[in-house]
Amino acid sequence: TVFFCISFTSPHHLFHCPQSNCIMTSKYNIITFLAVNLFEQFQEVANTYFLFLLILQLIPQISSLSWFTTIVPLVLVLSITAVKDATDDYVSLWHTHIAYFNCQAPLHTEICLQKEKWMNVRVGDIIKLENNQFVAADLLLLSSSEPHGLCYIETAELDGETNMKVRQSLSVTSELGDPNNLAQFDGEVVCEPPNNKLDRFCGTLYWKDCKYPLSNQNMLLRGCVLRNTESCYGLVIFAGPDTKLMQNSGRTKFKRTSIDRLMNTLVLWIFGFLVCMGVILAIGNAVWEKEVGALFQSFLPWDPPVDNFLFSAFLSFWSYVIILNTVVPISLYVSVEVIRLGHSYFINWDRRMFCSRSNTAAEARTTTLNEELGQVEYIFSDKTGTLTQNIMTFNKCSINGHTYGEEQHMAALDFSAWNPLAARDFCFYDQSLLDAVMEGEPAVHEFFRVLSLCHTVMSEEKSEGELLYKAQSPDEGALVTAARNFGFVFRSRTPGTVTTQELGKAVTYTLLAILDFNNIRKRMSVIVRNPEGRIRLYCKGADTVLFERLHSCNHELMNVTSDHLNVSDGLRTLAVAYRDLSEEQWEEWSEHFRGADKATDCRDDRLAAAYEEIEQDMMLLGATAIEDKLQEGVPETIAILSLANIKIWVLTGDKQETAVNIGYSCKMLTDDMTEIFIVNGHTVQSVRGGAANCMPDESKCPPPQAPPPSLLESIKYFPLSLGQAHALEADMEREFLETACACRAVICCRVTPLQKALVVELVKRHKKAVTLAIGDGANDVSMIKTAHIGVGISGQEGIQAVLASDYSFSQFRFLQRLLLVHGRWSYLRMCRFLCYFFYKNFAFTMVHFWFGFFCGFSAQTVYDQYFITLYNIVYTSLPVLAMGIFDQDVPEQRSLEYPKLYEPGQLNLLFNKREFFICIAQGIYTSVVLFFIPYGVLSHATQSNGVPLADYQTFAVTTATALVIVVSVQIALDTGYWTAINHFFIWGSLGTYFTILFAMHSSILFNIFPKQFHFLGSAHNTLGQPVVWLTIALATVICIAPVLAFRFLKLDLKPQLSDTVSMSVTIVCLS
Amino acid sequence: MGKKQAGTGPLSRRPDNSAFKQQRLPAWSPSLTAQTVLPTFYILSLVCLFLGIWLFITVENTYELKVDYTNAGTCERCFDLRKHVIASKTACTCTVSFQVPKLFQGDVFFYYGLRNFHQNLRRYMDSRDDAQMVGRKNNLKAPSSYCAPFDFDANKVPIAPCGAVANSVFNDSLTVVYNPADGSEIQVPLYRKGIAWYTDKNVKFRNPPTNDTFTLQQAFEGTTRPLYWQRPVYELDDTNSNNNGFINDDLIVWMREAAFPNFKKLYGVLNRAQGPFTEGLPPGNYTLSINYNFPVEPFRGRKELVISMVTWFGGQNYFLPIAYLVTSGLILVAAVVLTMVYVKVGKNGKNMEE
Repeated sequence: TVFFCISFTSPHHLFHCPQSNCIMTSKYNIITFLAVNLFEQFQEVANTYFLFLLILQLIPQISSLSWFTTIVPLVLVLSITAVKDATDDYVSLWHTHIAYFNCQAPLHTEICLQKEKWMNVRVGDIIKLENNQFVAADLLLLSSSEPHGLCYIETAELDGETNMKVRQSLSVTSELGDPNNLAQFDGEVVCEPPNNKLDRFCGTLYWKDCKYPLSNQNMLLRGCVLRNTESCYGLVIFAGPDTKLMQNSGRTKFKRTSIDRLMNTLVLWIFGFLVCMGVILAIGNAVWEKEVGALFQSFLPWDPPVDNFLFSAFLSFWSYVIILNTVVPISLYVSVEVIRLGHSYFINWDRRMFCSRSNTAAEARTTTLNEELGQVEYIFSDKTGTLTQNIMTFNKCSINGHTYGEEQHMAALDFSAWNPLAARDFCFYDQSLLDAVMEGEPAVHEFFRVLSLCHTVMSEEKSEGELLYKAQSPDEGALVTAARNFGFVFRSRTPGTVTTQELGKAVTYTLLAILDFNNIRKRMSVIVRNPEGRIRLYCKGADTVLFERLHSCNHELMNVTSDHLNVSDGLRTLAVAYRDLSEEQWEEWSEHFRGADKATDCRDDRLAAAYEEIEQDMMLLGATAIEDKLQEGVPETIAILSLANIKIWVLTGDKQETAVNIGYSCKMLTDDMTEIFIVNGHTVQSVRGGAANCMPDESKCPPPQAPPPSLLESIKYFPLSLGQAHALEADMEREFLETACACRAVICCRVTPLQKALVVELVKRHKKAVTLAIGDGANDVSMIKTAHIGVGISGQEGIQAVLASDYSFSQFRFLQRLLLVHGRWSYLRMCRFLCYFFYKNFAFTMVHFWFGFFCGFSAQTVYDQYFITLYNIVYTSLPVLAMGIFDQDVPEQRSLEYPKLYEPGQLNLLFNKREFFICIAQGIYTSVVLFFIPYGVLSHATQSNGVPLADYQTFAVTTATALVIVVSVQIALDTGYWTAINHFFIWGSLGTYFTILFAMHSSILFNIFPKQFHFLGSAHNTLGQPVVWLTIALATVICIAPVLAFRFLKLDLKPQLSDTVSMSVTIVCLS
Repeated sequence: MGKKQAGTGPLSRRPDNSAFKQQRLPAWSPSLTAQTVLPTFYILSLVCLFLGIWLFITVENTYELKVDYTNAGTCERCFDLRKHVIASKTACTCTVSFQVPKLFQGDVFFYYGLRNFHQNLRRYMDSRDDAQMVGRKNNLKAPSSYCAPFDFDANKVPIAPCGAVANSVFNDSLTVVYNPADGSEIQVPLYRKGIAWYTDKNVKFRNPPTNDTFTLQQAFEGTTRPLYWQRPVYELDDTNSNNNGFINDDLIVWMREAAFPNFKKLYGVLNRAQGPFTEGLPPGNYTLSINYNFPVEPFRGRKELVISMVTWFGGQNYFLPIAYLVTSGLILVAAVVLTMVYVKVGKNGKNMEE
């Protein structure tokens, strides 16, 4: 194990070179920006490729194009990317400034207390913090102004939890309150290396020949804010990038969309195609130079290094690589980024995904995944806080075998009459429970006592009787509030005591130990000594866990209670128990506990074992049921998404009954699903049996006829089947997947966060489908990061899920809009964009190929070099961008009305290899027409004044103009939604083409640079001829008419649903 | 991402309700319905048909005559002589007779045509210096490196005009003689000027500055003629001193490189001022006499004289009208097929699966 050793005998003799606290979250500064950014950009394969082309172009024997035909687009692309990087960076730099330069903190070095900027703080420094200050490094709390070395912190920035937490210094250091004493402090901390675990810290302090264990309880992490504490002193343990907050930031995995991957494959294919074309033309050149060129030597001798036709062919290959490189357009990647950015902004701007209650708009946190939103097949959803509101209300309880709260339609009870401390917004309807409390039934009293004592809630009493609870989880808050209203009011706590008011009488319990909650234990306990001196352990936790640890005499009560729990209608239930401890038992156990607590290795495991030891033989008191209301619009959303052929799997940590009930209430499970399979088993064999049972049934009833069975998987066996790599377990995986995928609805219960990720991973790996994970809590982070798309619900459980997500919003129902409207459009637009983009570049480039057969394969271009430079970046870029950003095939409300419209995306119909080849074929066809029609006409034609039109410049202008017009007509045909912007860009591009053409061919430019602008007068002479226009018109008709005919045929014979819908829209508009 | 407004209040972060941001911009959504596509096809077909017929009639009344003189008539001798570039200095003249079957009415244009001569090779096209040809003094004696190896002669004297294009200029001179039935011989008068683009003649090609005392010859001092030329550039035209230097019409015409290996270039225009030529070129026997200089044998090329009439549409060109007629026919077929499909099996945009 690597240990970090921080010694601070003297600040100047540090064991390690101390880490400074200066964090550059921004990557660049003004001086290095250009170099660093360029270096990063040239790490992209595409950019390097274009640099290589540029170098090729500088070799005069090869250079078939001027250097600027590559450098202008390259510089443009690089600068757009650089500007984007710079703005991103500027934003983070701005945050850095906020974080570091606005707050000055007193820094304590040597003896004098001095103010220092945070960025100058180093590991080993001792820092004084004042109330409401922001902690900017990971500190070991040394002492505090509050008694017992306590201090309170708020960790909202760290984990999103808004409740306050207590931190306590070691008692040996808390005595060093005085700065002068602190300066004498010379200890050594040995701790774990920097990591990203926010809730764990393990270390030891060596001081004055003694060892003191350090835990998370002693740490103030960067990102916290000091509250309710006048001041405190801390020792810097981790600074700068080593802090836990910084270790947690940064995306772990870079996600790519399937379109991205397809695009990369296609670009590779195009490279292959380019090389093939080059080889064909080079062979042609070899043959030509041998047969014809050799004879032509008296007019044009070979260049000095060329001595035979083979070498000439070799050079010609590279020349053609340069010319034909435009089939792989440099602007492709940048255009795709721009389009995605536009789509992301549309998501951010969508008012219908704005939640006015929480004042949050939807946010696309990643800008690179939008089109994949249109291809989702599987949604993995968390339950609590995602489907439900995560606002808990105490609804029912079962105490000592008697249930309360069954009746819901009576008037709400009025607590304030007899309990001045009651919370006003608490509603309960069953008078009998209140009566039981009044009558002093001991079980009921003990029940509420547990609720008022066994928790980690902090209370704040602004004025007498006005209590405010800050709870880590809403369940806990709901339970403590319930206890409060029934007369067991939790008032305040210190690290060693809990003060409550029991039926008007203040009681202070000594808190001996807190056996904290975690996901594995699924329970928490407190051990308290009441004023009479009796020691008791109070425990609350998941019923399954708790029932195993009850005393055997509870058997009957357990059965009754468990019956009550089974009819709990989707409520969240907890069982409540206690255990009396004798003084000796406590002494013995606390010895164990201290040993475990001090251990440096496997501390958590040892603690868990110690807890396990004491939580035995407990006496059951009863159970609580808390209602978690469904979010607005959840059933409707699920219904629409299912209609869109999206399979929704709910993965929840809750128990089976709760999950099934939620499944019914959100219409995932319906009554027509007659066969519900519950696969439940503790061993691989029993699970296999359960899964096998439902398989034959499915083969009997194929899905279309009968309602497919729905499956409920309780995946206790999952650690076995997914965690290990045995053949047997791999078998299980497939069986599980096959069974689950045959079902209409799948609910997995009792899933740990890791298992959630494993399920997602499993589907991702075997189904080759796009997965989306949606969740709100820290337990969903792994699944959100694993899925293709992670969606975070910004809700009650903090912001960790949001921070890990790609998209975030505050209501589950926005998911339908994100997928069916934004996702669908993004996919459609991206596909149309890509089709057109490849088409236009092939149409443009392949003309050179045909010309090669007429110009002796000499790599002469067809067009003017300026046209080649500007074609992709000026003449044809904006219309297709406008289409890629604004296009719509059907109005947004239609895509929600007809969820089936979503299917083409899932089946990947709009852009795949087949569509790509169709585009390429169309491009090549266009290039054939664009070359041979002008060739046929112009090679014989003359102007009306007798001057032949067969000169190269006329041909170049005619072909270029025809090309621009044809691709403009094509984009006009492809654009389905003509906004003013589309009009502006399409007409503007045409206008720009003619303006630039005439400007480039003007005598003004020629007179300045005669060599560069030698096309003088061509535009004028060519475009003034009717025969040229007749040629262009003919070429356009021949290029476009077949496209029109095929599209009409397709529409007529095989209309897609979107065609039908948009057609009906048109008819509605007309009528 | 996304700008957050600084304001507070429950709706402070609500996005603007603008048509742009909510993607509700007013827009026109065209769709390919039978009502738009089918008429378009029929109309297109009709328009193409009309244009095709009109162009065809126009072309039918435009005559063109080609006389290949590479080794025809008495040119066989010259053809053999020019096989070797070394012999290029020896003069050789020959004649070819031909017949004009019909009257070429109106303006008649005389072209020389070359076959299999690649003016469109990349290195050939680059091998010129436009800055030199525009008469810039600096560039005159410092030809561009692109002109190599035709930039300096063996004695390192700069060549003007430099480059492969200028070097290979077409240097046959053609004279056409009309032989009427009465046995007389009338030379067909040709305008040899005004055969280049206006911009070429007046902007693109300029001589180095001269004045009354400083002659063109002096301006070109320090340069030498291209390798294959018989005369220096300032003595190209004996008859017209304003047609010398870079602004020589024949040179300008040649310098406008052809896009394809078979091409024709304008040589002269019939002067209809007098004699039997006022109507145009009368039918009858003609003799073409050639000052045979340009070697075509090395590259297996052919040379020809092309005589052509011109209309608004240019010279004789069957490709365009036929292409229009074929297109019209194909579109009509497509239109009929589409109509039949639409009427018989079409679903009128309705998805039957729904």
